[in-house]
Amino acid sequence: MAYEATPGLVETVEAHGELTLVVDPARIVEACTHLRDVEGFNFLSDLSPTDYLGWAEKGVAGYYGTRPGRDMHRPGSQGMARVPDPKPKRFAVNYHLLRLADDPVRIRVQAWLDDREEIDSVVGVWPTADWFEREAWDMFGIVFRGHPNLRRILMEDDWEGHPLRKDYPIGGEPVRFSGEE
Amino acid sequence: MESTAQIYEGSRIPSPIPTVLQVDPDKHDLEDILTINFGPNHPSTHGVLRLVVDLDGEMVAGLSAVIGYLHTGFEKTMEQKTWWKCITYPERIDYLSFQTNELVFVLAIEKLLGLETPRKATWMRMCLSELNRIHSHLVWLGTSALELGAISMFWYTFDERDAILDLSEMVCGTRMHTRYFQAGGLAEDIPPGFYENARTFCKQMSKAVDEYEAILDANAIWLKRTKGIGLLSADDAIALGQSGPCLRASGVNWDLRKNMPYLAYDEVDFDVPVYTGGDVYDRYKVHMDEMRQSVRIIAQCVDRLEEMEGEPWIADDRKVVLPPRHELHTSMESLIHHFKIVTEGYSVPEGEVYVVVESARGEMGCYVVSDGGPKPWRVKFRAPSFVALEATATCMRDAAVADMIAIVGSLDGVMGEVDR
Repeated sequence: MAYEATPGLVETVEAHGELTLVVDPARIVEACTHLRDVEGFNFLSDLSPTDYLGWAEKGVAGYYGTRPGRDMHRPGSQGMARVPDPKPKRFAVNYHLLRLADDPVRIRVQAWLDDREEIDSVVGVWPTADWFEREAWDMFGIVFRGHPNLRRILMEDDWEGHPLRKDYPIGGEPVRFSGEE
Repeated sequence: MESTAQIYEGSRIPSPIPTVLQVDPDKHDLEDILTINFGPNHPSTHGVLRLVVDLDGEMVAGLSAVIGYLHTGFEKTMEQKTWWKCITYPERIDYLSFQTNELVFVLAIEKLLGLETPRKATWMRMCLSELNRIHSHLVWLGTSALELGAISMFWYTFDERDAILDLSEMVCGTRMHTRYFQAGGLAEDIPPGFYENARTFCKQMSKAVDEYEAILDANAIWLKRTKGIGLLSADDAIALGQSGPCLRASGVNWDLRKNMPYLAYDEVDFDVPVYTGGDVYDRYKVHMDEMRQSVRIIAQCVDRLEEMEGEPWIADDRKVVLPPRHELHTSMESLIHHFKIVTEGYSVPEGEVYVVVESARGEMGCYVVSDGGPKPWRVKFRAPSFVALEATATCMRDAAVADMIAIVGSLDGVMGEVDR
């Protein structure tokens, strides 16, 4: 197993030609520091959380125009022959790392979090993470402990809710027309 | 001026917040620190960037960038649309580098599907991506020079830009936001006459770049306002995740087209321009040299494409690719496939991928998650200009107000892409 010396490593997954290291969220900074200093991943390409609320349940990835959506447990006519594997927790925080050197490698570090579970900030490891973590807080409400400036970045400061969560409704925002009072 | 701790020896990155330059505590109580809002509606902020600047006379003492004024929720919207309808969205995120954004999303779908594309499509994708890179650099050059007072540059560059949009219109029917790349290949075959026009453009363009340089490189004002301004060292650039021209102007020889080739970039000849100064001038030089290299790549693509006359331009996979129009009148199966794809969309196997391309602004990444259904579960774009603006505080250390314009211009942020 590659990168087995990574602190807090839970498992490594290889899919679609990409390597994912699933890491214990409590030891994320330790793991990232190790990957940067020992394995040479000096470049944080991206930090993208994903909300898996409702994953593999009825009513998601729905058929067009049907309100309750399609039952994921009944295979569709085009693919969808199997129900997706359940995920361990609600949120996945994905760190896409790059070894920017003559022997470039990309890996993904993944940490799983429940709602309201916090994770340590990696701003001290890669300064790039500053805005990425602010965006993750803004869009998903994931708290990064130790972030020096964890404020909303894309939404307004007094915005309520975190728009990219799966339970944040689309069209929930009231529309006001200029003629209305 | 230096009082805050450095994150490592020799770094100019502010600490503790890497993206915020805080006013020196000794100066904080002085009355001559003036805090002003630069933007969001300012002609030289390339859109709606707001910089909150603390000024000590003419000098920048503190700075923080505020973004989000153009946030439109592309990523949320894309979760509601089928995969093939989503292809129109990435282009609108970065409206200057639309073709490469479209490419990265299509490549991500293809990676999940495991779909092979015909070589004609690959080469045409390369050709259009490079045309688009020139397009983006031309707008960059025109607007950045305009902001520094070289008004004529804007008119000159938009002439060549128009020639590129004409080529785009010829191939795709639209001048911008083409939606020409499909999962599996191209939407249409390459029209007759394209190669000839592309060759004419290459000739025109290589002459034009020399002319632009002749205007700017002999201009004392341009040189004074760009040389030694907005310094970014190689280590700082990597630590701040910079990519594209910003990184290469700081002396890092890194180009995804060379270092981690995709499409058929390993089969074409081109050089990666690298400059070591890390200032605004070197960023300008990288942009100029890249346009020359792109012209070289386009010429090679056109040569190769001409040999592929009559070859297929899209994969023959009826579960993903729309059947040819004429078959709909004669074949029931084609009609069914067409109906299924248009109404329901195609299903993409479960999984997550992160795909990157070198866009005009640097590493354009696309992270997608599929649950096996016809809509993406999650789409995230790694926008190079979002990351580029993280370097504003570092670059503007010890800068004057007037330099701010040059620096923001040189970082080449497209606000649509920053805010998504």
